[in-house]
Amino acid sequence: MRGLLLVLVVTIVLVLLNFLLPALINPYLFQILILCGINVILAVSLNLVNGFTGQFSIGHAGFMAIGGYTSAALTYYLGPHVLGKAASIGLSPAIVGTSFFVLSVVVGGLASAVAGFLVGLPSLRLRGDYLAIVTLGFGEIIRVIILNVNAVGGARGFADIPRYTNLFWVSFFAFVTILVVRNITTSTHGRAFISVREDEIAAEALGINTTHYKVLAFAIGAFFAGVAGGLFGHYLMYLHTNSFTFMKSFEVVIMVVLGGMGSITGSVIAAGFLTILPEALRPVKEFRMVIYASLLIFLMIARPQGLLGMRELSLQTFRSLPFRPGKKRTEGAQSG
Amino acid sequence: MFLKRGEIMKRILFPVCLFVAILTICSFLSCAKKTEEIRIGEFGSLTGTTATFGISTKNGIDLAVEEINAAGGVQGKLLKVIVEDDQGRPEEAATAVRKLVEQDRVMAVLGEVASSRSLAGAPICQNAGVPMITPSSTNPKVTQVGDFIFRVCFIDPFQGMVAAIFASDSLGAKKAAILRDIKNDYSVGLAEFFATTLVSRGGKIVADESYSEGDIDFKAQLTAIRAKSPDVIFVPGYYTEVGLIARQARELGITVPLLGGDGWVSDRLIEIGGSALNGCYFTNHYWDGDPDPAVQSFVSTYKKRLGGNPDALAALAYDAAKLLVASIEKLASEDPGAFKTLVGVPDAKTGKLRKEALAKLRDILAATRDFPAVTGSINIDENRNAVKPAIFLTIENGKYKYVGKVLP
Amino acid sequence: MQEFLQQLVNGITWGSIYALIALGYTMVYGILRLINFAHGDVYMVGAFAAYFAARLVGAPGPVSLIGAVLVLLIAMGSCALLGVAIERGAYKPLRKSPRLTALITAIGVSLLLENLGIIVFGPDPKFFPQIVTSRQMELVSGVVVGRHQIIVLAVSVLLMLLLQLIVLKTKIGKAMRAVSFNKQAASLMGISTDNVITFTFAIGSALAAAAGVLVALSNPKIDPLMGIMPGIKAFVAAVLGGIGNIPGAMLGGLIMGIAEVMVVGYVSSTYRDAIAFALLIVILLVKPTGLLGTGMAEKV
Repeated sequence: MRGLLLVLVVTIVLVLLNFLLPALINPYLFQILILCGINVILAVSLNLVNGFTGQFSIGHAGFMAIGGYTSAALTYYLGPHVLGKAASIGLSPAIVGTSFFVLSVVVGGLASAVAGFLVGLPSLRLRGDYLAIVTLGFGEIIRVIILNVNAVGGARGFADIPRYTNLFWVSFFAFVTILVVRNITTSTHGRAFISVREDEIAAEALGINTTHYKVLAFAIGAFFAGVAGGLFGHYLMYLHTNSFTFMKSFEVVIMVVLGGMGSITGSVIAAGFLTILPEALRPVKEFRMVIYASLLIFLMIARPQGLLGMRELSLQTFRSLPFRPGKKRTEGAQSG
Repeated sequence: MFLKRGEIMKRILFPVCLFVAILTICSFLSCAKKTEEIRIGEFGSLTGTTATFGISTKNGIDLAVEEINAAGGVQGKLLKVIVEDDQGRPEEAATAVRKLVEQDRVMAVLGEVASSRSLAGAPICQNAGVPMITPSSTNPKVTQVGDFIFRVCFIDPFQGMVAAIFASDSLGAKKAAILRDIKNDYSVGLAEFFATTLVSRGGKIVADESYSEGDIDFKAQLTAIRAKSPDVIFVPGYYTEVGLIARQARELGITVPLLGGDGWVSDRLIEIGGSALNGCYFTNHYWDGDPDPAVQSFVSTYKKRLGGNPDALAALAYDAAKLLVASIEKLASEDPGAFKTLVGVPDAKTGKLRKEALAKLRDILAATRDFPAVTGSINIDENRNAVKPAIFLTIENGKYKYVGKVLP
Repeated sequence: MQEFLQQLVNGITWGSIYALIALGYTMVYGILRLINFAHGDVYMVGAFAAYFAARLVGAPGPVSLIGAVLVLLIAMGSCALLGVAIERGAYKPLRKSPRLTALITAIGVSLLLENLGIIVFGPDPKFFPQIVTSRQMELVSGVVVGRHQIIVLAVSVLLMLLLQLIVLKTKIGKAMRAVSFNKQAASLMGISTDNVITFTFAIGSALAAAAGVLVALSNPKIDPLMGIMPGIKAFVAAVLGGIGNIPGAMLGGLIMGIAEVMVVGYVSSTYRDAIAFALLIVILLVKPTGLLGTGMAEKV
């Protein structure tokens, strides 16, 4: 019941935000906000795989591409038919269009989840860096395949995707992602995920089906990455494989590690920070990426466990704030 | 250990965060002072794998703007180009254009080289009603985004077709091989239209190979091509790879000419390819040895300012900037009121007037006829594409030589 | 047949370059369990160091053999220094941190080198002077091999042998093997692990520089981002051969090179980049620790 209420309140707030914000801030900031939201989805979903389950995946951009291209192909090729049908029986095109968009984003997510399942399978045999390189390779293979599919534009990119994504849908899906990952990780299942990270052999000895949890983590992570891709395509109205190189995967991994492996709020903060940072550095022109890189190295050295480590930021944290360096922090770390 | 880390954190991390925060505030609230400049936006890849193209473009635009400002600007108002980097990524291009249009309130946008980035940026200009001129995006889709999007270069179909006609008529080629850059829409587009035209003229494509931008080893593809013994090899790529391709082709004993497009033009091509390029042909917009004074003055100023000859991207960027400024000048003389609303950073009150003024600017751009540009006289057609002749050049001992001209 | 032989020659020369870059990856990984993503960029810096060094010895004019060797040594030396600097500055503070943290730092260093390269060297490709003049010779009719390709192959084999010699026959090599086997136990035995790690970085980076010079010699185009793709591919090669294993890196590099070339020659060049990874996945599924890698017993 409380959960339902929460969802309701958040939905209303999001709707209000979506309509109020554009009037208040300029569209450039608005766009950054949307990109922040998409990156939050990516980072939090990858955190389930990398942070909570301890499987090292650097192929998130590949999952994002699958979701993005699948959902864009749906709205591009099927959308007009659906809208035409709807118009002929007198339904409002705005509502039908939006529902179809949400449906196709979810289908895109499912397509990614299937791919995530397939990529998760090798994790039965592979560990650590070997798994990482397989996920990296998978992402690259996806990209090369898309380059060769002419129906989605190939090297020329997929243009004329209708725009449906707005702040409401981005923050809605971000909210759902956070909720799902949080609920999973704080449940009994969550303990199982974490046990796989902490010690796979011990977990297995205790009767946890580690295979099941590893593949599950991959599939769920991939699902939300696909959703993020769908939102991304329907916002940009254009998709090109250059958006999904391994650099994009690295970026998401950076968000997860910088935020703290196994900290959802950490991922959210880091995703926001790393999306805004390059924009904030625009005044320094060509030194932008140099400063970005130096700052990254510096932050990792100063905070090797990530901004939040394994902790979560909550109201309690704020209560214990005015931090005294000597005082031991006692707020509940949910994981670990 | 923990305490020590904590100390480091507070000592260094805090100031760094503060610095970033201040930068953020500065950039987002960008001091919207009342200026009297004509603000033009430019987006391009100043970093990332295609930075060399972005910087060539920037050089071309800078040169044009410097010349105009030295001559007193437009009605005494100086031009200011605001450049934003897109790292060669579509989503970054969208953000950069959004910033230029919404935050800097520029009156027009120049950019990008790659069609993929132009396609990401164009819808934003179109929605905001800000004219955008791309100097060198050749995908026909770019200008189809809407009536505010223009270009000053050929489109893929034209250049690909011209190259195929040249191959079959002038070189008498029956069998052609293609080596294209699979990651580059320009290259893929040119290759497609080359193939269809050549086949329709009774030619045959015996091999269709590809590489990826940044590759340095093409021997495998070239060996496969060699086995098919074509009469000509069409390499519609950029100079960054073509020099090596030519070199490796000759090393493998392939002697047939290579054929290419305007992406070839650069001093780097000659430097890297060396004698391997002798007897190769490519289409271009202009010839640096053209006695036309406009071309000569452009080439010599470019040499003086930046050293070396301009590549096609710099020349097209120069023309795009010149065309834009000429249109702004026309607007200023035809409708001083509208021009005034566009100068400086317009405040919110002038929203509607500004929109009308921008629409006027667009109409002027769309009506461009016989604009005398370095890259051939520009006519903007009803699809907002530039219609202009292509010329053929060949390379002889490190020098370009004029071969012929093809009218559209 | 003639085409096949030619492709084989192409594949072997290309593979030996992957192998050379992969060696550095494998050595660092063997010691630190760190994927040094900046390795590909060290390779780039090596090529640029040689570019400037070549000017000192008289390029683009004719260069004597001693001059050419000097260029190679200067590049290797400066990259060894760079590697040590990177290790001391960026990785050493993270010795005790989670491995992923060090990995992110490595990505940061890689981005830093690339973007500094764009600012310092300029983004446009540079022509690498021909410090050894190129000549082609025909092995069999229709199978051409260049002098550069032979040099690439010879120098890489030489360097690999030298490396094996260092690792297997010298005292420091023994220390390296000990550290790679068990860092803690090695330090208890009185081995200065820090020195060993520094030495490893120096050698690995010098090898990357050598690869950079050899690549630039046979494919004379260098630019600040030239290290990205070869870096990733070489890493794949290292994993393919069994990461941490030196002969494995050589084998992996050769297999990758030949596989890529054969795919282009007989399947489709559009899938060149995908095939390297597909091959890797298949091999890893059959042998999860790479071709020559040995699985480590896991302690519970």
